[in-house]
This record gives sequence, structure tokens and C-alpha cells, in this order.
Amino acid sequence: MDLNWLSIAEAHLGLKEKKFSSEDLVDACLAQIKKGEYLNNFLTVTEDLARARAREVDAKIAGGKEIGTLEGIPAGIKDLFNTKGVRTTCASKMLENFVPPYESTATRLLKEAGMVLLGKTNLDEFACGASTENSAFGPSLNPWNKEFVAGGSSGGSASAVAAGQSFFSLGTDTGGSIRQPASLCGCVGMKVTYGRVSRFGVTAMASSWDTVGPLARTVEDIALLMNTIAGPDPYDSTTPLVEVPDYAANLAKGVKGLRIGVPKEYFAEGVEDEVRESVMAAVKEYEKLGAIVKEVSLPMTKYGVAVYYVTMPTELSTNLARFDGVRFGHQAEGVEDLTEYYKTSRGEGFGSEIKRRIMVGTFVSSAGYADAYYKHAQRVRTLIIQDFAAVFKEVDVLMAPVSPTPAFKVGEKANNPLAMYLADALTIPPSAAGVPALSLPCGFTSSGLPVGLQIIGPMWSESLILQTAAAYEQVSGLWEKRPIIGG
Amino acid sequence: MKLTKEQVQHIARLARLKLTTEEEERYAGQLTEILNYVEVLKELDTKGVPETSQVTGLSNVTREDEARGVLATADELLGCSGLPKVNHQIRIKRIL
Repeated sequence: MDLNWLSIAEAHLGLKEKKFSSEDLVDACLAQIKKGEYLNNFLTVTEDLARARAREVDAKIAGGKEIGTLEGIPAGIKDLFNTKGVRTTCASKMLENFVPPYESTATRLLKEAGMVLLGKTNLDEFACGASTENSAFGPSLNPWNKEFVAGGSSGGSASAVAAGQSFFSLGTDTGGSIRQPASLCGCVGMKVTYGRVSRFGVTAMASSWDTVGPLARTVEDIALLMNTIAGPDPYDSTTPLVEVPDYAANLAKGVKGLRIGVPKEYFAEGVEDEVRESVMAAVKEYEKLGAIVKEVSLPMTKYGVAVYYVTMPTELSTNLARFDGVRFGHQAEGVEDLTEYYKTSRGEGFGSEIKRRIMVGTFVSSAGYADAYYKHAQRVRTLIIQDFAAVFKEVDVLMAPVSPTPAFKVGEKANNPLAMYLADALTIPPSAAGVPALSLPCGFTSSGLPVGLQIIGPMWSESLILQTAAAYEQVSGLWEKRPIIGG
Repeated sequence: MKLTKEQVQHIARLARLKLTTEEEERYAGQLTEILNYVEVLKELDTKGVPETSQVTGLSNVTREDEARGVLATADELLGCSGLPKVNHQIRIKRIL
């Protein structure tokens, strides 16, 4: 049995029935990480810690004690989450040697639920990018074809999950950073409602957009992870007191009578034919399953990327001001004046995309420009929110592509920032509105690259989105398809 | 709009970023391209539309002013800095 390819639910059952041990699961993942070393998905592998933790769980099982669903399940976590005592780099030279003294809430909850931390996964530096090519430690590659990117920014997470190196992962999604790599690598990724999962201990990028969410190989696994990580956190004042349902409760309920909206703007120019066809084939399948499909319009869609590239850099430039070479991070050598020290530490520590975004953000929020750019963009953001609110009066969920294209070649967009920004054109609008959305594998292109279906719902509708996704997953059988790693 | 090299230098100064000459030239072009792209927003009349800075409507979230458990000690936090420490404080570079 290929233990590393089991779902969380299957692995849990096997552990309970003593068919294998948690250490067997760790071994299987470590072997697969080694086999797929060329994918460059892990920045740090915590082999000894993982084995020690797995043995604790195994001892508990041997002692006849009950275990939780996530107990003894190995996973690599995006290297943007603080893990106490384990190096956390944000894929930046700035934090190359940073070891956080405290734990993020999301990883704490997973650890308390028994997760075995395998290591930290690669990302675009400070979560800025759509390919992981902005990582200071080299790009992660696509498990289906190593000439192609994994997507980003949670590219190491998505590639590791899709390559059978990790049972699941945690990522962050600001404008598409969970959904887009999940789509490009062929796994499931959920961007939650803004505020649904605590961001405490996760390095901030754009605070009014950032969300934390899970990546896994099945919809059920996403639901199980949501049950562990969702909910208010006293350490994150942006997590409202909204009830946390059992996200796994409705997975088998089907989609009979569900009203699905297909927003025409998400199939417009720039969306590749094979992507469009694959997504529409999935929508047809939903019709067969009893859902009611209708075309809808979200006229503000085309303004999403522009709203994002004004407001996000503004927030990012403010958040990254904390990296001054004093309290943590890269320290310039041989500079005696404090201001010069700040400038040099930051100039040396940040990669080029980060500097570019800091520059954009500083400009659009500077005196004389803030009204024309920043405030105007915030008003357009309101119009995007109104767009979604209106459409969700007519339909229950929306279906669209996640990414206009399948994975692109490594290097293809590396010197064209604007082309890279447009990779998120279909994931940014839901982020602007704060609504939840999920990427679900829905097919492959003729060249064998995965395509993802985006299911978008109203605020706090994660449960309905998961129920909807589970219905198609069951008939598509796509999650059983595996890429060949190594060899 | 087209950003000049002088404007790029001004922004870099505001952002406390030391850039190389090559970076200044590259960013002048790329920032111009990005700013021209976002001009598309000017198509929209947003008069009377409120600004969105927070999507869930929360504001002024407060709590009782009482000490909670310690997540990291002061010395652990100080340990994150490689600069010299004096009396549990970080010694920084010359200001004046």
C-alpha cells in the first residue's frame, strides 16, 4: 500500500485499526519527499521531530487510547506560519535564519489535534507571487511536469500535497495563493471567508485581504481540517464570533435543487479554451446531479486586479516596515548610521518582487496620490462587494475557472510582473469581497496538466461549498489520479 | 503617467529601501507599467460610494485589560535580534 497517498480519513482509520503506525506514515512521506526532491517543495524537513512526535502517537494507540482524526497525520506547513523552535523563513533572505519564539494559532490548533509536523513548505517570498519563482530558495515545480510552475504563492504546499509528500498543508490566500496553486497542481484548496481562521503568528502581507486555509487531496479532508482550524481567536481581533458548524456534516447531501451561477465574465477573453471546456463539463455534470444552472453577470470583475494592485501593496508596504534589521531579520554589515542601516538591511534582505510592491504601495499611499489611487480603489472594492451580494440573491454558489490558464512554464512570466499579476484575475474578486471559494480538480488539459474548478459562495458558506464540491468529486474520481514522481 | 528616476529615488527614500542604479531604472519602467494598468479604475465614477477597508464590519474590537499567559518571554524575543544587547535592550546604530 502506498501509505503516503491515503486521504486523512483513510489514514486515520488505518491507524485506529493498527494496520500501520504513524511512524510508517512519516517514513512514507519522507521517502516521497526524497524521491521528489527536485520539486523543491520543502525548505526545512523536521525529520527527527516528526519521528519523535509520531512515536508518541503510536505509543498512545498501543496503549489502547482513542485518537483524534488528525492525530499522527504528517504534514508540511507553508513557511509563512510561525512554528516555535522551527526555522520560519517566509522564503526570504530577510528571515533565512529566523527561529520564531512562538507558534501561530492555526499550527497550534493542528498540533494540539495531533498533527505530525514534517517540515516547512516553499512559497513566493512573503507570499508575493503566483509561481513560487519569487522564493529566495528557488521555485517549486509542478508534480505533473517539472518544466512547469507549481503556482503560488502556496506552491510548495500544493505541489507537496499533490505529489504525495504531505497529507495536507496550510496555506494563505490573499488574492489566490491557495486556490491558484491547488488548481495548477491538482489538489483541493480552500480560501475561507475573511476572518474565519485566525492569522495570529502568520506573517502579514495585506491585512484586509489575508486568509489562512487548508490544502488536501480530498474535500472530506478539507472539511476535517476546517473543523480544527476555524473559529474566533482572542489573539486575532479580525475573527468574528460566528458559529463554527461541523463542516463534514453535509458532505453526502448532494446538490439537488442547488442554484449554480456561471458568471460570464469569468469565461471571457484570456481564459484558455481547454480550461473553459473542462470547467463547463463539470458544470454540466452538476446539472445531471440535479442542480439548476444559470448564467449570471459580475460586471466589476475586470476591475479586480487593479483594485488589488493598489490596496494590497499599500497594506504590504506598511506591514513589511517592521523588517528594519533591528528586532529580527537580515542585518547589514559595516553601516554605522541608523537610517542607512535600515535602508541597506532592507535593500539586501528583500527580493525584487517585494521591493517592487513596497515601491508601488509607498507611491499610491503617498501625499498627493492617496486619494486618486488608494481611496478610489477602496470605493471600487465596495462595488465588487455589491456585485457579489446582488448575484447571491439569485444563486446559491458560483462556478468558474480558478486560473485562466493551466500551469505555465518556469521562467515564462518571470520578467513580466504584470503578466504574472493577471494569473490571479479570477481569484482576486472573491478575495476583494471576502467571500469563501474553493479550488477543486475538474480535469486535465491535452498535455496532462490539471485544471481547477472554482466554487464561490456567500460569506460564511464554507459548509455549502464543501457539500457542493463533494458531489462532483464523487462522480469525477479525479482525486485518485496521481502524478509520477521521480523516475 | 511616467515615473522618473528622481521619483523612484524619492519613493525608495520614503520606503527606506536602498536600491542599486540598475534597480532604479528597472523599477521606473515597471512601476510606470503597473500604474498605467490600474488607471482602468478611473473609468468608474465612485462618488458617494463608501470606502471598504474591512469586509466583515467589525470595528474597535476590545477586551478586558488583563494579563494573559506568556507566549514568548522578553528574552526569547530579544534573542531574535543579532544586534548587541545591553540591559535587556537592543543597542542600535548611531541616530545623530
